[in-house]
Amino acid sequence: MIGLLAAATEASINWHTVIFYVTALVACGFAVLVATTNNIVRMAFALIVCLAAASGLLFLAGAYFVGAMQLMIYVGGTVVLLIFGVMLTAQKAFITMQTKGGDWILGLLVGGTLLAILVQLAFLVPQWQSSDYQAKADMNLATYVDKLEQQLTEGQEITQPQRDELARLEILATDGMPQRTGEIGLALVGVRADQGTRPDEKGLAGYLLPFEIVSIHLLVVLVGAAFLARAKRHHAGGATR
Amino acid sequence: MSFLCEPIGLSHYLAVGAFLFVTGIVCMATKRNALGILMGIELVLNGAILNFVGFASPYFRDENLGLDGHMIALFVIVLAAAEAAVALAIALNFYNNHATIDVDRANELKG
Repeated sequence: MIGLLAAATEASINWHTVIFYVTALVACGFAVLVATTNNIVRMAFALIVCLAAASGLLFLAGAYFVGAMQLMIYVGGTVVLLIFGVMLTAQKAFITMQTKGGDWILGLLVGGTLLAILVQLAFLVPQWQSSDYQAKADMNLATYVDKLEQQLTEGQEITQPQRDELARLEILATDGMPQRTGEIGLALVGVRADQGTRPDEKGLAGYLLPFEIVSIHLLVVLVGAAFLARAKRHHAGGATR
Repeated sequence: MSFLCEPIGLSHYLAVGAFLFVTGIVCMATKRNALGILMGIELVLNGAILNFVGFASPYFRDENLGLDGHMIALFVIVLAAAEAAVALAIALNFYNNHATIDVDRANELKG
């Protein structure tokens, strides 16, 4: 904490970065807890916290709608389903099941190797290591303001389109990521609001067909799940099970 | 503490996604409880979502995936819900028939 305050006096702290590190640390820490604990109930709790922190990361990347869906469907739906599964099967012998030592060694060996390779790959591209979004937006705004001031000293009026451009650049530099809920909704019914409107333009196709496919898929899956998990009535009176 | 003053980049998101992916893989490989394996799958899918959203964000790259990355992430979430429902139904069926949830004892599933 003291180091943090000292750094704040030296150079301005980027709070986006700080919040990212805190959230990423929570997500990774509870993911490790999910992988290491043997108690299935604790695993379910750690998974909830880990997924909620991951949705925080999605918010930080500007994907507000995806983050909200992660909270509602994943944390509020899928994990609750898993917890019901835990409750239905949680008999004494199955709450904690010890993993064999050999499995741990093999798993950690494979996982550690994979992690080392993937993290090295992630930091391989120099352009990806740091974002210049804010710096670029600030610079664009500053240069445009300079240009307008020069125009004023030359005695020319500022026109309305230039005012609009100035407002746009100011929004880019001060506001966060754009809110894209409407665009996502339109893309699901096959209209791309974020791309050009010419029909011959490449990539205009929306997501109507995948949306329909996923709808049918969900329906089939729910019917199948209900069929698989239903109580067996013809076995109900049987003595064998 | 100088790294707190730098803006983060796409690499950081890829690293967190890779970490969630690997913990999910380790979870799937080491758990004996079938529901624990399901939770490992959820972690893996979350790593994938983080990667897609990172590549989609205009904050990190000018040539980003844009809306496509968000849509793919949404479809992944929906498919994860469907997969969890079916896998849970299978696990419950297995539990009803064999009175155990230990996947090491599921080596005689013959229908």
